[in-house]
Parts: sequence; structure tokens; C-alpha cells
Amino acid sequence: MDGLLTDTIGAISTAVGNAGISIIRMSGPEAFSVASKIFRGKGNFYEYRSHTVHYGKIIDPDNNDVIDEVLITKMAAPRTYTREDTVEISCHGGYVTASRILDLLYRNGVRPAEPGEFTKRAFLNGRIDLAQAEAVMDIIASRTEKSSKVAVSQLEGRLSDKINSLRTRLVEMLASIEVNLDYPEYDFEEVAADTLSMKIRSVYDELKNLIEGFHYGKILREGMEVAIIGKPNAGKSSLLNRLSGRNRAIVTDIPGTTRDILEEYVNILGMPIKLIDTAGLRETENAVEKIGVNKAIEVMDSSDLILFILDANSGFEQEDADILEKVEKYREKTIFVVNKTDKKDEGKLNEIKERIPNVLEISVLEDSGINILEREIYQYVNKNNIDTDNQILVTNARHKKHLQLSLADLEKALAAIEAGMTMDVVSIDIKSAAENLGYITGHQVSEEVVANIFERFCIGK
Amino acid sequence: MSRNCSNQNSYDVIVIGAGHAGCEAALAAARMGAQTAIFSMNLDSVANMPCNPNIGGTAKGHLVREIDALGGEMGKCADKTLIQSRMLNTAKGPAVYSLRAQIDRRSYQREMKHTLELQENLDLIQAEITDILVENNRVTGVRSHLGTVFNAKAVILTTGTYLKGRIVVGDVVYSGGPDGLLPANRLSESLKKFGIELLRFKTGTPARINRRSIDFSRMEIQHGDNPIVPFSFEHETIEREQVPCYLTYTTEKTHRIIRENLHRSALFGGIIEGIGPRYCPSIEDKIVRFADKERHQVFVEPMGLDTEEFYLQGFSTSMPVDVQIEMIRSLPGLENARIMRYAYAIEYDCINPLDLKLSLEFKNIDGLFSAGQINGSSGYEEAAAQGLIAGINAVLKIKGEQPLILDRSQAYIGVLIDDLVTKGTNEPYRMMTSRAEYRLHLRQDNADARLTPIGYKIGLIKEDRYKKFLIKQQSISNEIKRLKSKTVPPSDKVNEFLKRHSSSPISTGIKLYDLLKRPEITYEALKEIDDGMPDLPRSFAEQVSVSVKYEGYIAKQLQQIEQFKKMEQRLIPEDIDYEKIPGLRIEARQKLARQRPASIGQASRISGVSPADISVLLIYLDAKRKRGGKQ
Repeated sequence: MDGLLTDTIGAISTAVGNAGISIIRMSGPEAFSVASKIFRGKGNFYEYRSHTVHYGKIIDPDNNDVIDEVLITKMAAPRTYTREDTVEISCHGGYVTASRILDLLYRNGVRPAEPGEFTKRAFLNGRIDLAQAEAVMDIIASRTEKSSKVAVSQLEGRLSDKINSLRTRLVEMLASIEVNLDYPEYDFEEVAADTLSMKIRSVYDELKNLIEGFHYGKILREGMEVAIIGKPNAGKSSLLNRLSGRNRAIVTDIPGTTRDILEEYVNILGMPIKLIDTAGLRETENAVEKIGVNKAIEVMDSSDLILFILDANSGFEQEDADILEKVEKYREKTIFVVNKTDKKDEGKLNEIKERIPNVLEISVLEDSGINILEREIYQYVNKNNIDTDNQILVTNARHKKHLQLSLADLEKALAAIEAGMTMDVVSIDIKSAAENLGYITGHQVSEEVVANIFERFCIGK
Repeated sequence: MSRNCSNQNSYDVIVIGAGHAGCEAALAAARMGAQTAIFSMNLDSVANMPCNPNIGGTAKGHLVREIDALGGEMGKCADKTLIQSRMLNTAKGPAVYSLRAQIDRRSYQREMKHTLELQENLDLIQAEITDILVENNRVTGVRSHLGTVFNAKAVILTTGTYLKGRIVVGDVVYSGGPDGLLPANRLSESLKKFGIELLRFKTGTPARINRRSIDFSRMEIQHGDNPIVPFSFEHETIEREQVPCYLTYTTEKTHRIIRENLHRSALFGGIIEGIGPRYCPSIEDKIVRFADKERHQVFVEPMGLDTEEFYLQGFSTSMPVDVQIEMIRSLPGLENARIMRYAYAIEYDCINPLDLKLSLEFKNIDGLFSAGQINGSSGYEEAAAQGLIAGINAVLKIKGEQPLILDRSQAYIGVLIDDLVTKGTNEPYRMMTSRAEYRLHLRQDNADARLTPIGYKIGLIKEDRYKKFLIKQQSISNEIKRLKSKTVPPSDKVNEFLKRHSSSPISTGIKLYDLLKRPEITYEALKEIDDGMPDLPRSFAEQVSVSVKYEGYIAKQLQQIEQFKKMEQRLIPEDIDYEKIPGLRIEARQKLARQRPASIGQASRISGVSPADISVLLIYLDAKRKRGGKQ
């Protein structure tokens, strides 16, 4: 049994749906080491006492992106449900943020938990007795049926069609390769390496789109993230309030009042949008404000769209130049806005226009230009093909994981062809890619390849 | 196992049928020390090849290598009697290199029969076995058509396609065995009596043509390889003159003749009910299913050196005789063909392999084993592989030892048997490389490394061969070590060499090992810039080269194998009661109860058993183990 319990499992423990908070749980020998890799809080995670709760952030160690602010609970074996080291992460919002965190766990060596697996471990580790275990078995069975129904209904429709069609293409490639390997004496057309590469690449591109769709899925579910940046007192908080129609941020005339990130969900032309107001992006000696500034930079990186707010009254100042420099690499996803046209100084406004020709003029105070801004935001979303009707969306982290594995297999296959490897080797990676897609739709590849050979190729004695 | 010299009626192991499965089974049993008898209805048909006169080919060649590595006979016999040999797939990678040889059919039979005759502990007897004898679900012996009872501790069924054989040529149907021999009509009833389910399968064979009537100038010629690579690891080289094979194609006329006479084909006319294999369709099947294909290949192969008979591979048919002649004469080079044997289809009884354990013993009859085409497989090599395993396991059973079960990561033999007894088959099962998950590990060049230690342990590999094997493994690993440690400094000579092989030049020193990893640099070529290269035999060099070039992929497969083994090693107790496991879905419960898998791994391959069912099973087994531990 020990062999099966050497890995660490993870899953979202709260129900799928829109909730204020979601809990991600992981259990197993690597739970603490994975947590210490992705959690940044006060002090060292390893030194936290067992059964204590800590505030901090989940970050992606690959690029230091902040995923969410969380509360993390550390529970050391054996006083846990599974009798293994266990970590629970409480994060904001519903399924999507939680899936992102879960995805991060998977990328760091955690395996998706099977239905009922926490309970199974609780039993196997002697935490619950046989009678309880048998009761749980019934639950697992019924739950599996239910969850497989859910999975099926989720997969009904375009996503499963799409994945099936990609898998079928891989199976056909395999059959074409295999028939030549298994029936060399027959005159079937040999699969040329470059043709094969082309075919693989086309599946690869479509897979990649699907995986990117996971991100769009998030946008549609939780709203596109729009970061509002600009120097202090340019009117960021006022704009946020104007767009959300509520007084949420504390607005004063003293620069630097908004010291932390403020978020607000708004509905722009039917599109859910998450507005993020950042602290002013200025060089500061003020310790508290400095945290806010750093945060703002992180938000710029992770957001889908940036609104850079300038001030028609104060003109293009050094601070704006600093921000412009920072925004430069996100230019593709930035809308430039100049506020306070009600108090504009023509000369200073022209200075701004010289540097940023297409700047959008608004006045939050007079409510002018706001409609145009809303339309711009809406159009940006559509420009990125986030079309709710035609985009096939991947929303499930497990599906995403298998899509990514499949993508990685295809990369290896392409590299193997590039390196001049023989077809018996290339087929290993293609088969693995097809199998990973099969895990999503529940198909076995091996039998299918054999059937496909006999259907398509004429062989006989 | 002592011999009662006065009594020729009492044996440890009895083998029914002396085809390719039977011969391996009997030789293995006798060589392991069991008193063995092998029965054939006609001693002149021992080890016959009623269909194609060749051994090996893709995946099948792997099987022959594995049989040899375990101490079986097929590879040695084929080496002695081959008349043409080719290594197929040499451009497609080491996992699928496949040895295929044309065999002098009569020589092979003579050679194998003589080997049986010379084998200590073995009696070769002509008789038709009509009954198996079973008491309390335990086999006790067999009865012959003459009424003689032979007692045995274990019995192996290797009846091939003989059981209730039915020959079909067009609309002519008669009771008959393969190759003009008699069928075995009575044993089926005896098997049924003991609750053994019988299926009806079908296969077929093409016509044989007299060489004098063939115009080879109108065909493509195919020569053998030089040098010949032997099947057996005991042979390093074979010096022999080879004969060519020929290739011709169907024509538009052939297709027209077939289409016009489709209603007269037994297949399409509905006379044949048995399930035929997808990979071995008759020519009329091919024309119908692949209507767009303009022509099909027909291989024209010699049946032996002292015969003028030629075999038409790719042209099997169940058409009546007059259509057969017309069809054959529409092939270029065969316009004046004189047919010596007509093509026929054959239907026969076989068992349902789901009734067998992985050891090839019946689940519900103790001591009764089954191997070869009767298990629903196809092909001489598949048959021989099963025969060898059944023979070994019959003896281990008598000795009270654990059976030899090769898993899917150890051998094609393991894949073959696991597929048959775990998934079953609804057509004659042919081995293919694409059926093996760990193909890069299950290569034909390393079959000895995988299996010879096992053959040695069970006593089929003798001491001197084992010693040679150990030396070979040692020199292979020494050579890999040497390649890893020796650095080639950059020089004009080396870079000129690399340039000549279209390989990028080096500016710093590089290990020989890393040079060999480049696809364009072969081990043989490396000799030019490597003065320390030892003079290794071909088979050694092949393994060195493959191990280095494919190291990354092989390592990956070995990792997967480790995962796979974990599940295979979780055994399910034989007395498990699936009815008592809460939470199993009904379909899974029925399938598991019917098939009684030996391990969690095997259970997971049964169609209709889901991963969730496996979880439930795992939990139950652990609960049971824990409860057992407490009591």
C-alpha cells in the first residue's frame, strides 16, 4: 500500500459554484514543501506551528505572479483527517481562482485527487474504521456515478467534440505510422516527416488555443480584469466609483490616499468586468505606499486590460513618464485616458496628446466620455475573440492539465522529428498526446489505433 | 518425477496436438524433467505450416526471439531450415526491426519431429484424442480414438484449427482439417461436457502454384539480406545460399472477375458463419472494402527447396475452383498458372480465452492448460509462444511452484497472453507491435537480456549458454561505460569525419557517447575516429548502439514500467467474493466475477471496469488485509 500513498493529492473541497470563499486542500508527504513554494506570508511556512492559520499570498513561483490573497492552514500528521500532512488554502471568490491555485499545485508535483480519495486515505491510514470506510465506499460509488454524469454533461457539446476531433486526428496519424511499422511488406504510403510535423503542429495550435481558452473562461466567469493606473490623484478612484456607480474607494484630494488594491465588479454593456484600482505609481519613500506601488506593478502584469489615467489639469509630468515606461511592455492591452477635461489646461493637454496621440478624453466629474470609454473596454474584449457564442471554453483544471500534458507530448514529438528520430519513437509521444486527450473524454487509444489500421488499410494474406 | 518404464500409459504432462504450440509445450515440459507424451493424429504432419511458408515478421519475429531467449525451439529450427531471411523495418527504428524468414516447410517439419523424437522424457505418439478425463474439476488424463486411457497430472490442449474443422471452397463444404488432413470431430463434445465454452472462428489460405507455370520475368524480385541475422541467440551467423521471392499485383481484370462472382464466394454467400480476422481478409473482402484501391500486392513465395510449389500471399479466397483459376490467371506472370492446391477457408472450434488464467490453465479445471490457435490466436509464432508458456506452467503446477507469468512490460509473450485472457478476442488474434505499450523496451535485440535469466531459472537455458549470455551483457555494459568516459578532442580529422556524415562540427571535446547519440552517427562509423573500439560481435554492437541512441526514451519507458508494475504486483486473492464488495457497479461486479483477474493491474484492463471500481476494490482489499491482520 505504501507505494500508493507516496504522492500528494489536491482538490477543491468546496462546492463548485459562485461562492465567497473556496477551499483547496492538499494531503500527502509533499504538502508542506509545495505550500512553502507557492505561499508568501510572514515568516517561514515550515516554522509555522501545526493547526494554525496564516495570512499571505499565493504566488506563481515561475513568474512571481500573485494569484490571490489567502488564509492558509497548516496541519501536521498525524492529527489530520487523512493522518498525513495537510494544507488548506482559503481563497477568494468562486471556482476560477480556486482552479488557478489548484493548477499551480498540479504544476508543482501535486496529483489530482480522485473522488473520495481524502476519505480513502483517512481509512488506509487508520483514521476511520471499517464500518465508516464501507459507508464511504457507497458514497464514492454513488458520487462517481454522479460526477461522471456531471463530467459527461460538461463534455457534451462542443468541448468534447473538439477534443474528440483532435484525438481522432492523432489516432489517424498513429494508424498511418503504425501500419507501416506493422506491415512493412505492403505498399502503403510512408508518412513523410515534414507532413507529419505539419499535421502535429496544426493539432498543437488548436490545443494551445483551447488552453488559452481556459483563461478566457475565467474572464467570462469572473470578469475581465481591468487595472486602473496613473499617478496619484489623476482620478483613478473617481473613475472606478463612476464605473461602478458606488462610493467604494476613499477619495480625497491628498495624493496617495488609495494605498491598497481595491476591486469592484461592474457590468459594462453586459460584460462582467473586475475593475482594480491601484495605488498611484510613483516613486515613494513612504513604506506603506511603497507596498501599494509594487502591488500595482504586479496587477498590471496579471490584468487583461490596463486603463492608464492621465490628468488634463497637471499635464504630462515626470511621474507620467515613469508610468509610461512601465506600461510600455503592456501597450497592446492598454487604453490611454486623460481625465479632468473639465479643468483642462489646453497647453498641458496638448503636451499629453503629443506623446500619446490617441488618448481618450473624459471627465469623471462632468460624466463626459465615459460612454465612449465603456465602449472601448467592451470592444477590447471582443477584439480578443472572447466570443461567448463561438469560443470553446475549458473551465475544468483537470481538463486543462491533460491538455497541457498533451501539448507537451506534441512538443516532444515535433522535437523528435526535428532531431531525425525514427518513427517508432515519434509515435510514442503522439500516442501519449492522444492518451492524455483520451483521459478527458474517456477513450482508450491502443485499441482504437488497431481498429483504425484495419478500417483504413488493406492488409491480408 | 520418476519414470514407470513398463507403462506407456501414465505421464506427468500430456500434450494434445503437435503443431507449433504443441511442440514447444512438449519440449519444454520434457526438458524440465516431466514425463511427457505428445499426440498427433498424423505423425507426418508434426510442426506443419498449412498456411504461409514463413516465420517471423513484425511482432512475430519478436515472439520468436523471446521463445528462443527462454529456451524454446522455434528460432533454432527456423535458423536451420530458412531459405531466405530479411530484417524488416530497418529504417523505422529499433523497436520495430523485425526478422522474417522463408522456411523450407518440409525440412522444418522433419527437423522439429526429429527433435521431439530425440528428446529425453518425451514420447511422440500417433493417435486422435477424443476425450479428456476430469474428476472433481481436476484433469486426470485423456482417452484416444482406440479407447486407450492415458493418465496425466496435467493436460495441454494445442489442437490448432482441427476441432470440428469445416472446409469451404465456394459452395462446396465438407468436414476436414487443414492442409487436406482429417478434422478432430469428437474432442469438442468432451470439452463442452466440462463446461468449456466453444467459439467458432474462421481463417483461410491461398492457392499453391507450380513453379514451372510461373513467368517470373513479369514480377518484381525480392532477395534476402546478406549477411543473415539468425533468430536464435545461440547462433551468431548463418552461411547459406538464399532463394528469392517475387511480387506481383492484382489487375483491373482480377477485380472485375471477383466482383462478377461475389455471389459465389462462401464469405459473401453466407456459407461461412465463423468470425474471420480483420488483418487477414480474403481477396474478395479486400476488393469490396477497399473499392478505390487500384491494385493489391500478391507475394509469390517458394514453399521449399525440393518442391516446385509456390504460395500466393495476399490472395486467400473462398471462391469456387473455376473462379479461382480465372482470378489467378489474371495476375501478371501467372497467366498460365497450374494450381496444385486450391485456396480454402476453414472454420473451427476454439475456446473463449477469458476462461483461462494468465498461466494458460483453465480457471475451472485444475491441471488443464490450453495454447495456440485453440485460444483464439492466429499465427505459428503466437501459437509457439503460448505453447512454451503452457508447457512450463504445466510442469511448475505439478511441482507445486508458482506459475511463470510474463507481464506486459517484460515480453510480447506477456502482451499476447494478457490480451487474450484479459480482454478476450472476437477474431483470430494476431500480434502487432502497436499492441505493446513498452515497445522501445520490448525489442528483438534485447530479448535475451529480458528473458534468458528467467529461462535459466526454470531450467530451459543450460549453464554454458547462460555463461555466454552473462559475458555478452558484461561486454555491452563495459562498452557503454567506455563510450561515456572517452572524450574526443576537436581536430581536423574529427570535424572532417563529422562533416562527411552531415553532422555539426565540434569546437570543444565531446564524449563518444554524445557523438553516438546523434542520429546521423552510427556505432560502426564511429570506429573511424575511435581507436579504442573493441571488436564486438554484431548482436553486441546492436545493443550498445540502441541503448545509447535511445537512452532518453528507454529511460522514460522504464519509468512508466515502474508505475505499471506497482499495480501488477497488487494481487487479488483467488477466493475473493465480488458479491460482498459494496460500491462496485453491477457491470464491474459481473465482469470481475466472471474473469477473476489475478492483480489490480489486470482488473483495470478489463473492459467495463472503471477507475472508480478499481478504487473501491483497492479500499476493500486493504480493509480485508487490515482486518485479517488484527485477528
